Amino acid sequence: MKNILALLLIAVLAFLTMTYVVDNNLIPEYGEARLDQTVSGAYVTQSVTEKNNDVSFGRSDNLETGSANAVTSIVLEYRAFDTLGEVTVLFIAALGVSLLLGSSENFAKRPKSGFILKVGSKIILPIVIIVGVYIITHGHLSPGGGFQGGAMIAAALLLMAISDPQFIPSIKQFKLLEGLSGTIFIILGLVGISVSGYFLSNYMDTGIIGTLTSAGIIPILYMFIGLKVGSELISIITDFLREEAECD
Amino acid sequence: MDLMNYLEIVASLLLIVFGVLIVMSKSIVKTIIYLSALSMIAALAYVLLKAPDVALTEVVIGSGLITFLFLFTYKRQKKVGDQE
Repeated sequence: MKNILALLLIAVLAFLTMTYVVDNNLIPEYGEARLDQTVSGAYVTQSVTEKNNDVSFGRSDNLETGSANAVTSIVLEYRAFDTLGEVTVLFIAALGVSLLLGSSENFAKRPKSGFILKVGSKIILPIVIIVGVYIITHGHLSPGGGFQGGAMIAAALLLMAISDPQFIPSIKQFKLLEGLSGTIFIILGLVGISVSGYFLSNYMDTGIIGTLTSAGIIPILYMFIGLKVGSELISIITDFLREEAECD
Repeated sequence: MDLMNYLEIVASLLLIVFGVLIVMSKSIVKTIIYLSALSMIAALAYVLLKAPDVALTEVVIGSGLITFLFLFTYKRQKKVGDQE
């Protein structure tokens, strides 16, 4: 009875929400949105400060961001400061996990892995790592970027930890890498203040859109974000593999 | 109606089915596995809605790392209190 009531309530709520959205035209028809009247249109045509011009892939140069992936141009150019905040949130999460779980030096005994997992992970591992590195380095050209690529590399290490019970990531180097890449990210942003007056400005040559060396400092920033996110997630995973500390 | 529309309908129906399964299933391990499957289908839905960046994040975080964290936390749990 309770379940049916809950289901009815959800159905009524969903119906009301959908009728409200459809009646007031809050969401335009799929593919019918007029981008030239919104702010996102300026983001897509890569030019907020100047007049919007047509952008052609592989030919246009000296654009505002020069990143072919519009999402990346927002994440690391127009809203780069928010990205710094996001990285900080992840850092605090990793810090909390290691404060709670990282007190023990010993690692919990993991069950032996089966034959298929052992052999299959050896085949899949290099592919996952290469795809992760590809996603990081092509973050300004194709979907993805530092977050996704870093998480993928961390997932590769997780696969290693599951398939091999003896494997333990050497966490000290990853902690060093994480701090170093975070510091370099902030230093690159501070250089922007001295060069063009605001934090994390794109002060390098943006190049031709669609090439690997385009988009100025965006690929460099994404590389350090990828390293930072990857090592943070690896340290979280390692903390979860630890043995429970004895407490009285 | 072309293939994409059918895929969209199948993906949205599967999302509802797995959402109900997550709430209704009695075993915690099953819930976690259903959650992982839901993330996978949500990633498909994101790709169909032309948001590949979100789809990548959903696959890696939602389907990979979250499953690991939940499963390991569940395995670490111990029964505390008086044995009866």
